[in-house]
Amino acid sequence: MVEHTTAATDAIVTLDVALPGIVWGWMITLNMWAKSIGTGVVLIGVYLLKKYGDRVASVKTMMPVISFIFLNIFLLFTLLDLHQPFRMWHIFFYPHWTSAITVGAWLATIFTGIIFVMAAGKILNKINEEQYNKLMWAAFVFAIPVTLYTATIMGEASARELWQTPTELLQMALAAFIGGSATYLILGVGDRNVKRDLAIVLAVSATLSFIVYMGEYYFGAMKAEEVAATIAFVKDGGAYHTMFWLGQVMGYIVPVALVIFALRTQSNSLLALASVLALAGLWIAKHVWLVIPQLLNLS
Amino acid sequence: MKLGFLVDLALCMGCKGCEVSCKVENEVPLSMWRLRVKYVDVGTFPETKRTFTPLRCNHCENAPCERICPVSALHYLENGIVNVDKERCIGCAGCVMACPYGAIYIDPETNTADKCTYCAHRVAGGMMPACVVACPVEANIFGDLDDPTSNISMYIMEHQGNVKVRKPEKNTHPKHFYTSGGEVNLNPLASKREEGYNLFNNITHLKHVGGH
Ligand code: SF4
Ligand code: SF4
Repeated sequence: MVEHTTAATDAIVTLDVALPGIVWGWMITLNMWAKSIGTGVVLIGVYLLKKYGDRVASVKTMMPVISFIFLNIFLLFTLLDLHQPFRMWHIFFYPHWTSAITVGAWLATIFTGIIFVMAAGKILNKINEEQYNKLMWAAFVFAIPVTLYTATIMGEASARELWQTPTELLQMALAAFIGGSATYLILGVGDRNVKRDLAIVLAVSATLSFIVYMGEYYFGAMKAEEVAATIAFVKDGGAYHTMFWLGQVMGYIVPVALVIFALRTQSNSLLALASVLALAGLWIAKHVWLVIPQLLNLS
Repeated sequence: MKLGFLVDLALCMGCKGCEVSCKVENEVPLSMWRLRVKYVDVGTFPETKRTFTPLRCNHCENAPCERICPVSALHYLENGIVNVDKERCIGCAGCVMACPYGAIYIDPETNTADKCTYCAHRVAGGMMPACVVACPVEANIFGDLDDPTSNISMYIMEHQGNVKVRKPEKNTHPKHFYTSGGEVNLNPLASKREEGYNLFNNITHLKHVGGH
C-alpha cells in the first residue's frame, strides 16, 4: 500500500485522466529516415561528382532518381501523419513563418521540384551538362536546410526537453551523411577509391553519431530534470533500454567495425553489409529518440 | 486587455465541478479533457494530505504552440486568449509536441487540435468561463490582468510572494496563476505515477491518437 511504503515527502498521483499515447510515431521516424537518404544522396553525390567526375558518371542519374524516390516517401508519410491530410494546402495558402514546419515544407517542396527536374531531365535526356550542373548546385544548397530543418522543428517543440539541443542539428546532418554514403555503398558505386571515401564518410559519421548519443546518455541528465526523466527510459530497466542499444550497436558500433575490417580486406560485400546495418540502426536510433520524450508526463 | 486565470489551491476541494462543466460547455469528447483536476497524495499514513490541482491551458504570452503551428490555427485574440481555429488546423500535432503543459489534444471527432480557450465564445458575450461559474468555492478567479482593479489583479496583489505559474523556466509567460500551491501541484516530476495506486486503476490509456 502506498501509505506504508512511501517516505513522508513522497507524492503519488491518485487520480488523473489517461495520458495521451505516442502522437508522433513510426511515420515520423520513417519520414526522418527517408529524408536523410533523400538529402544524403545529394550531399554525398555532389561530393563524388566533384572529386571523381566521370569516374562516377552513373551517380548523375542515380542521385536525383534515388533522392526523388526517398523524398516522396518522406513527403507521403509526412502527409499521412497529418490528422487532416486533405488540408495540407493550408501550409501554402496560410503559411505561418515562425513555424519551422512551414519553412521546412516550403523548402522540401522546392527541393523536390529541383530533384524532379534533374531526374526527369536525365531519364528523358532533356538536360545538358551546364543545366544539370546548375540544378545540381541548387539541389546541394537546398539539401542542407532540408536535412537540418527537422532539428529546428524539434527545437520548437519546447515540451520535449531532450530535443532542445543543438546536437539535434548535428544528428540530422550525420544521419544524411550515413544515409547517402550507405546508399551508394549498397549500390556498389565507383571504384576502390570511391568506396574507400564512402566507407570513411560512413564510419566517421557513425562514430560521431554514437559519441553524440553517448554524450546525451551520460551527461544529458545534467541539463534538466526532464531530460534526466526522459533518459531514464533508455537506462537500465527503462522501457526502451534494449531498443536504444540495439540501434546504437546495429547502426553505429557494428558498421564502424565492419568498415574497418572491410577496408583492410577490401571486401565490398562487408561494406554493403555495414551499410544495410547502418540504415536499419539509424531507423531504430531515431525512433527511440523520437518516442521517449513523448512518454514523459507533462502535467 | 489581457485575460488571465488564477486558482486558489487552498480553496479548491477537488469536486471536479469545473471539469464537468467544461466538458459540457465545450462538448469535449469522451476520454479527452480541456481541463482536469489532478489529485496527488503526499506523505505517509496517517500523516497524508490530498492535493487538488485544476490544470488547463495557460494562455501563454510567449506560446510555443502558437509559434510552431504552421497555419496559424493557434492564434492570439486581442484579449490575450490563445484560440484554436479548427477549420484551419491540419492536425500536424506540432502544438501537442510544443506545449510544455500537455494542454493540447487531438480531438478524435474532428481530427484537429483542441484545448481550453478560456471559453472565448462565452467571454465574447460578456460571460465568465463555464468552470468559473461552476466552482462552488470560487477557487477559480478570471479577469483582466491589465486592470489593477479587477478581482484577479487584486488577488495577485494580496498574495504577492505566493503566486506561482507552472514551469516558469520554459519562458512561456503563462497567464494562468496559482496561489497556495507547492511543487507537487505544479511540477509533474515531483510526484510518482504508479500502476495500482490510482483511485481508478482501470484507466483507459489512449491508443495512438490519429486519423490513420
Ligand atoms: S499552455 Fe500550452 S496550449 Fe496553452 S498557450 Fe501555453 S503552450 Fe499553448
Ligand atoms: S495540430 Fe493544428 S493547431 Fe496544432 S500545430 Fe498543427 S495545425 Fe496548428
